[in-house]
Order: sequence, then structure tokens, then C-alpha cells
Amino acid sequence: MPKRLPVYPYVWRLPLLIWQGLFFVGPLILMVAMSFWLVRNYRMEPAFVFDNWERMLGRDYFWNAYFITVWRASVAAVLASLIAFPASFTLAFRVSESARRWAIFFLIVPFFTSYLVRIYAWQVLLAESGPINAVLGMVGLGPFTMLNSGFGATVGYLTLVLPLVVILQTFSLASVDRNLIEAAWNLGANRRATLFRVIIPAAKVGLILGLVFAFILSFGDFVSPFYLGGSKPPTLSILIIDTTKSGQQWPRAAVVAVMMIVTLFVVAFAAVGAAYGRRK
Amino acid sequence: MRLGDFLSRLYLVALFAFVFAPIVTSMVFSFNSDRFPTVPLGHFTLNWYETAFARPEVWTAFGNSVLVALCAAALSTALGFATAYTDFRYGFRFKNAYLALALLPPTIPLVIMGLAMLAWLGRIGLSGTLPGIVIAHTVMGAPFAMAICRLRLQQMDASLEAAAWNLGASPWRAMRSVVLPFCLPALISAYCLTAAVSFDEFIVAWFVSGLNKTVPVMILEILQGNVDPQINAIGTVVFLTSMTLVIVAQLLILRKTAR
Repeated sequence: MPKRLPVYPYVWRLPLLIWQGLFFVGPLILMVAMSFWLVRNYRMEPAFVFDNWERMLGRDYFWNAYFITVWRASVAAVLASLIAFPASFTLAFRVSESARRWAIFFLIVPFFTSYLVRIYAWQVLLAESGPINAVLGMVGLGPFTMLNSGFGATVGYLTLVLPLVVILQTFSLASVDRNLIEAAWNLGANRRATLFRVIIPAAKVGLILGLVFAFILSFGDFVSPFYLGGSKPPTLSILIIDTTKSGQQWPRAAVVAVMMIVTLFVVAFAAVGAAYGRRK
Repeated sequence: MRLGDFLSRLYLVALFAFVFAPIVTSMVFSFNSDRFPTVPLGHFTLNWYETAFARPEVWTAFGNSVLVALCAAALSTALGFATAYTDFRYGFRFKNAYLALALLPPTIPLVIMGLAMLAWLGRIGLSGTLPGIVIAHTVMGAPFAMAICRLRLQQMDASLEAAAWNLGASPWRAMRSVVLPFCLPALISAYCLTAAVSFDEFIVAWFVSGLNKTVPVMILEILQGNVDPQINAIGTVVFLTSMTLVIVAQLLILRKTAR
């Protein structure tokens, strides 16, 4: 380490603190503060009152949205994890190293392509007179109503989270110590026992991480419930947008946002506890 | 065993089909003549591209998007690199809190970021401006850039920089002639990926953009109207743009792990 150069380290350390302080922490603190403000004559006034909190949390409307959001995000997270697992297992244990790398590559690509356009494509595909119903009609099924329902929203959530869940699961499964598996075999464990008592516990962290990220992403998503789920009943993110865009009711939207963040923190901490806590 | 292998591969193919179905669909339908596409397909047409790109606001939106993506990617990459280097080189008090601050933004739902940014940027007079969108996208892109740079630094022998110092180079000189050249592929791929993130982001941009719309925000607003295959045409161009960025970034990452 060179001596007497106090400037150098701070040139690298401070930019992030300044930028995230100004444009990440600042806005979030303002939003929390805003949830205690007053709206009078369509203008916000700084204050410290619980009006917005009482008004939002006292309504069934809010709690219905809250529970439907938690419910749908949980379903999406569990479904995504279950659907992803066989694929991740194949990628981790049954294909070559380079095939796995290519698979991961193709799973990363959608993450950086327009989610909005993908959801629009689903809107066309799932429509009453769309291609999927046309194909089903040829074999005498349907037509099914798939849009504007929980099913539609779930398809959207899975489009969003499935690639990420497969990636996380594959990495954690692939890093399970092969000797552990061999040992289980040698000790006479059958396939089922090896899977449930050796591989899954060893890959626990990645599996839980996948579940939690799927939950977090679905919980905050606005596009799927709006364009595929029909926005009735509204989810929390739809509630925020409706409340914000309909005039100056930002403080009430802030209440919803704070409730969402609190929920996510609880879920994240519970998950970290489950993932890293008490190992047997 | 044979059958099991076959079935598990089939399952994998089905999963990839699900993931790529919307992407492929949108591309196919952008060349399809039907307004409400179904099977069998209509005939081939470039009509949707012509209509979409005859509109001046589409070109304006593309201009805005490119400008925002270029600036946000530059800022994200610089911030991300500085943070990754700090993490690599230094230990200090509250470092965990520092790293948490660096990596937290992607876990906050975009709708919430949008609301918070709208209120904050409104206070400092940047709401509805392109710099406002750049600021928001930099906050979201920096963690990705940091992760990529950090991975690259991991592969650097820490004593390389110390060797440069011992040979009389100042820290600045060592940074310029040793660390930066070593990290160049990571910097380029971080730039491409954060540009792609910015190019596709629409929730926060929608909250703060006002009249200065980017492409995804425009798509969002068209979507609120009717089924309109122009979206497929615009969407395909957006896809190709971000795919190119992602593929360049990935090739650089893959090449560096291969070495």
C-alpha cells in the first residue's frame, strides 16, 4: 500500500455514496416522509399526520389488493420453482459443461429484452381468437378464456421469472459436491433418498434464492397483472399507479409503496434465515 | 436411463420454448398481414414497419432512448467500476453497509422507484426531462456494472498492482496502465448490458418522462389503446438492438472466462 495518498481511495469510494445517497436513498426517504403529508386543494403540504395511513389501511379495497398480490406472487414463485427444477437438474447433471454454458447464455438473453413486448406477444397468443385457441380448436377443444384472469397474469409472471429461477437453481445444483452424491450412492441410498436428503439440502441456498427472487419480482410487477390479468382485482402496483396518475394523491400511493417495501423486507429476511440459518 | 435422458431433454426444450415463445411470436407477427393474428398466418408484409417508422414521434422516441441509454450506461459503468475497485482493494468500517447500498436498487420494485423518483426529481426540477431518466437508469444500472467489474477484478492477481507501485508507478499510473487495461473487456460488457437495461426500462421512465418519451414508454402508451401490430415492428427493432448489446457483452464475458 502506498503511503500518504488520502485522495486516491476516496476518488473510488465516494462516487457511489454520493450518487446513491442523492438519487436512491434520498428519493426513498422522501417517499416515506410523503406518506405523512397532507393534500389540500390538490396540492401536497409537508406535515406529519396519519390521514393517508388511516384512509388506505382502513379500506377493504387496499387489503383485497394486498392479499391478491401476496397470493399471486406466492403462486408464481412456487410454480416457477417447481417448473424450473427438472430443467435445472438436467442442466446441472445431465448435459456437458459447454451445453450448460450455452443454456445459461440463452436464459440471460430474455432478461435484457423488452418485457413489455413479450407480454404484448402473450396478449396476442392467448386471445380468445388467437393462435393457441385456433390450434386447440383444430383438435376440438376450447375456445378458452385465458386473458384477464389469474391464469393470464401467472403466464406473465412465469415469463418474467422463470429464466432467473432456472439460472439460480442450475448454479446451486451444479456446485453440489459430486463426492457427496457418490457417497450417498455407495451408502446404498436410492435415487429418491439421494435427491431429497443429499442434493436438495446441499443446494438449499440457491433454491431458496430462486424462490425469493421469483416472489420479489412478481410481487412488484405491474405489467402482467395489468395487461394479462385484466387489472381486476388490482394488485398493489396497479393501485400505486392508479393513485399516482389520478391527480395529486401521491401520499396515498406512498403508503402502498411503504407497505410493499416492508413486506418484501420481511420475506427477504425470512428467506435469508431459512437459507443460511440452522444447518443440520 | 435412455428414456429418462430423452424425457429430461424434451422437458428442457419445452421450457425454452415457453421462454422464447413471446420473443419469436412478436418477430413473426411483425411481418404478418393480419391485424388480429391467428393460425394460419396471413401473408408476408412490411406494412407495420412502414407505418410505424413513418411516424416522426417514433424517431424522436428512438433518439431519446439511444441518448438516455448511452449516458446512463457511461455513468453506470463508471460508478460500478469505482465501487467494484473499492470493494476489491480496500477494507473499511461499514463496508457491508456500503456494499448493501451498492447492490440494493434492483430489489426495490420498479413502480416504487418510479414514484419515489417522480417526487424527488420534481423537487429538484428534473421531472419530465431526459437527465431525470438518465439519473434513474444510472441508479438501476450501476449494480449490474459493479457485479461485472467485480468478477473481472477477481481474476486479477492482486500483487500485479502492488508490483507496479514497487516499480515506482503512482497509484494513478498503476490504475491507468495495469488495472484499467485488465478490466477493459468487463468495462465494455458492463457498458453494453447497462445500455440494454436502460433501453428496455419503462416503468420508472414512464413515471418521470413527461413529454420526453423513450421507446418503451411509447409502446406502453400504444398498448393502453388497442391491439396494434406496429408494436411488433417497433418491438422487433428494440429486441434486435438489445440482443446485439447483450450478445456483445456475453461474448466478452465468455472469452475472458475461457482464458
